[in-house]
Amino acid sequence: MSFPATAVRTGLAAARATGLNKVYGEGETRVVALDNVSVTFPQGEFTAIMGPSGSGKSTLMHCMAGLDTVSSGSTTIGDTELVGLKDKQLTQLRRDHIGFIFQAFNLLPTLTALENITLPMDIAGRKADQAWLDRVVDTVGLSGRLGHRPSQLSGGQQQRVACARALAGKPDIIFADEPTGNLDSRSGAEILSFLRNSVRELGQTVVMVTHDPVAASYADRVVFLADGRIVDELHAPTADTVLDRMRRFDAKGRTS
Amino acid sequence: MFRTALRNVLAHKGRLLMTMLAVMLGTAFVAGTLVFTDTMGQALRTQNSKSYADIAVTVSDSEAVGRGYDHGGRTAAGPTLTEDTRRKLVTLPGAADVRGVVSGFAGIADHKGALIGNGFSTTGTNYVPGADGTDPRYPLVAGRGPKDAGEIALDTRTAEKGGFKVGDTVRVAVNGPVMQLKLTGTLHTNDPRVTAGGSLAAFDTATAQQLYLSPGRFAELDVRAAPGTDDTALLAAVRQALPQGDNLKAKTGRELADEQDRMIAQGTRILSTFLMGFAAIALFVGVFIIANTFSMLVAQRTRELALLRAVGATRRQITRSVKVEAALVGLTASVAGLLAGIGIALGLKALLNGPMDANLPDGPLVIAPTTVLAAIAVGVLVTLVAAWLPARRASRIAPVAAMSSSEQPATQKSLRLRNTVGLLFSLAGAAALAAGASGKEVKLVGLGAGALLIGVFVLTPLLSRPLIALFAPLLRAVYGTPGKLARENAVRNPRRTAATASALTIGVTLITSLTVVGASVNKAVDDSTSSDLKADYTVAMQNFSDLSPEVAAQIAKAPGVSAMSTERSVPVTIDRGQDRGRGAGDGENEFLTAVDAATIDQLATVRIREGSADALEQGKLLVSSGRSEQARYKVGDVLAVTYPDGSKGSLTVGGVLEANTALAPVLAPEAVVGPHAQPGSGLEKVLVKGTNGATEQLKQALRDATGGNPLIAVKGEKDIKAESRQAVTNILNMMYGLLGMSVVIAVLGVVNTMAMSVFERRREIGMLRAIGLDRLGIRRMVRLESLLIALFGGLVGVGLGILVAWAGVRTLADDLKGITTVVPPLQIVCFLLAAAVIGLLAALWPAHRAAKLDILDAIRSE
Repeated sequence: MSFPATAVRTGLAAARATGLNKVYGEGETRVVALDNVSVTFPQGEFTAIMGPSGSGKSTLMHCMAGLDTVSSGSTTIGDTELVGLKDKQLTQLRRDHIGFIFQAFNLLPTLTALENITLPMDIAGRKADQAWLDRVVDTVGLSGRLGHRPSQLSGGQQQRVACARALAGKPDIIFADEPTGNLDSRSGAEILSFLRNSVRELGQTVVMVTHDPVAASYADRVVFLADGRIVDELHAPTADTVLDRMRRFDAKGRTS
Repeated sequence: MFRTALRNVLAHKGRLLMTMLAVMLGTAFVAGTLVFTDTMGQALRTQNSKSYADIAVTVSDSEAVGRGYDHGGRTAAGPTLTEDTRRKLVTLPGAADVRGVVSGFAGIADHKGALIGNGFSTTGTNYVPGADGTDPRYPLVAGRGPKDAGEIALDTRTAEKGGFKVGDTVRVAVNGPVMQLKLTGTLHTNDPRVTAGGSLAAFDTATAQQLYLSPGRFAELDVRAAPGTDDTALLAAVRQALPQGDNLKAKTGRELADEQDRMIAQGTRILSTFLMGFAAIALFVGVFIIANTFSMLVAQRTRELALLRAVGATRRQITRSVKVEAALVGLTASVAGLLAGIGIALGLKALLNGPMDANLPDGPLVIAPTTVLAAIAVGVLVTLVAAWLPARRASRIAPVAAMSSSEQPATQKSLRLRNTVGLLFSLAGAAALAAGASGKEVKLVGLGAGALLIGVFVLTPLLSRPLIALFAPLLRAVYGTPGKLARENAVRNPRRTAATASALTIGVTLITSLTVVGASVNKAVDDSTSSDLKADYTVAMQNFSDLSPEVAAQIAKAPGVSAMSTERSVPVTIDRGQDRGRGAGDGENEFLTAVDAATIDQLATVRIREGSADALEQGKLLVSSGRSEQARYKVGDVLAVTYPDGSKGSLTVGGVLEANTALAPVLAPEAVVGPHAQPGSGLEKVLVKGTNGATEQLKQALRDATGGNPLIAVKGEKDIKAESRQAVTNILNMMYGLLGMSVVIAVLGVVNTMAMSVFERRREIGMLRAIGLDRLGIRRMVRLESLLIALFGGLVGVGLGILVAWAGVRTLADDLKGITTVVPPLQIVCFLLAAAVIGLLAALWPAHRAAKLDILDAIRSE
């Protein structure tokens, strides 16, 4: 079963991978993490990437976000081809065009919430768009806690700061790596609604790696990976349809 | 638990590397000092026993020994050693031979007229040919020994330095004009004074006696024994044969060698104590680094230690595992330090014998068992003491910490107790310092400085925030976000920053205070020379011995001299009777300095505090304020004195002078006391005023008047100032060199802290890289943090150093009139710059590592 170019829809692509291969090691220890993956993440869409452990979903995200190099193939953010870019150019691309949300929040403990949010712009030496910033802060519900340091915030609040940080610079695309992995279900639900709202109301593009069917159900589309290949996709998923699809992987895994 | 500790050491090899280096350098300093001083002491003792090997009994005349340096200032009262005495001793049973020795100093001029070697170590002696025509003390290398007043032999190194060959004419001087003598031979000598930069001149006996004593007189008689003679029996016989007198002492060669051995041991002990002081400073600096490392390791292993507690390890076991780990680190580093120390001792010896030209006697390297024990014990103990607090902290980790998230504990333990203790110490220290400074109590100042240093070290975490905040605006403006992050990182763990900076503070404090004291002394000497001395030139012997009266006579006749006065030391005894509450009869010794009453006020600034300015011209004494307080001389006192020639007289105190560095404590008119002094004795200095001021012509005329004696220095105001500056610079440079080790260890500490911090913060660094900080930015962030910590340490050190120096300078006020604290701005700025450079250099490797981190690995790490 394979889903090649059919996954590519019309409309402007925020990020696109074509024939992506990622191989680790050589000889005996050779592992194919990504096997000829082509996928498009259109603008204004919330996509979830799912798959069992070791399916290559994180690797795909890292390669497309310019955090990891690819063995062959092509991957673009907007019009920019990532393959062949130097470290400095990649860094600038991430800084100016990509937002990141990590599982472990990854805030700087020495900075206040607000300083953490504006960090990417501070690094770039840009001034934040105040109106946008206010809107983002308001949406994530942090208005009263901007002066707090991460250690004074709960896990959910910290992750909301991380979301605001990803959004503040109006990136072309936001990559979220298991953003609810370290959160309780209520905080997790808040973050997921917030991500969905940022797509629906603020017109952002979000790509989220997760193994949680409930989290995936917040997305517009779910892309399934197995053994380094895209094996399926679901539009307008619900937790049940995702879970159902996942069970089939398991079943196939057991029978094969 | 031992196995756990061992595993931990092995697992954290990299992280412990800097700590081990720090301990190693400290113990290397200790071991190096011990090995070097033992080796030197042993070599000197071996040589010493050789030089007394053929002497059975030696008789010395205490009134004649060293007479070359002190021409008759003392009254000669006792019997003398003469050729008759020598012959008498030869006839004693068991005596094979008696050598009469005369010794003093003798300056050898090179072809340009300058002195060869160091003025204090020039030696002169008589050449005593044995049966074979040579003197066994000084084996001939070339030519033959001197035979008459026109001949001389030199040690080979001096001859080499001067480019003299046998048959050449050599210019030699004692305390008068230069003599032109023919070089008849070159000699070998092991005399340490000569080999360590001095010179040896050998004259024939009659000439040496003429130069140093009086014809026919010896300073020492060395008796060689016939085989099978008992030294003690011979000693008794010699004592019988000697004329009776307190000034004549007979000893066996063995006793003399033992005496010398004791002096050598004392000398090496002083050197060793001095060096050990600096080793202790280096180790103290090391303590900060060790403590820091173990704190960081314990913090990083919080979860692991908690897990051990959770599975049943007791607190005591946890503490012990950290202590065992520290002991292992200390032991490994100490053994390496011991080896490095032996290397240092070898290097030092090679350096001193090579480029420094000190020519220490050869000998095997001495590695005493105590050295090995001391080095290892010191290294292990220091490491254990430093790791004590972290070990205790480790035991307090609750088992539940094993279950908590991997996040580092963000909350810091309150610094309140620490700050209170620090404040108390600082205040007590500052109070003692101030009290010591005003009361001129050196000990109190030292105590206060120590307490203040400890107090400030305890307070450093508190100080770190405001002081580092000073740089924040600049950092932000110039370096943007990396600058801001660097500043935040520098203050995020105040204890760690404080411990790292303090290690540097120690060195900077000491260096700064030494520099400030040095600059203050220079300024005081400059000022007092300018204000106290009016003479254009002073003429004196380089080795502070007495000038020949002939020199004064020649100077009086020199062209361009408008006024001159000799300064002549005349020892007298003063009988103060019973009115001062002392026993009558014995008398007190006092040195009068006889000067020309008519000209002295043209040659030095005579400021009268009390009494009459014309006192000298009235035949009375002028006493310095210091001496007047010390000896309780008051204007109008009439002192009953006994002069060196035995005559008695009375002298009136005519005035008290303000302190003056150019004048002696008790001035007397030459016309009154001169006639009662030993003829031609005690001439210390000649002060000269020129018709046209200080001119090169006058200087040359004075040099000519001294007969070109290379040992006589003609110094103008500029020369005096330059000489004092040079002396201060030399001392400072040596101290800087010895403190260098502490600074190196402090640098290792900065490297260590930065490397550990980078390791701990790698996830943050990964995140920063992911959201768009480039490698340069990361590198900058690390470098700037290191720069801030180092600058912080430097600033505290400079501040403390100036404070301590201020107190130290106050205590010097009595010795150096008008001394004020001088802070040389350029040097202080240089020290701060050096601290900044140290910070940047220390961060090179950690910054490189931080920039090289793989983003994904870093983000995933715990």
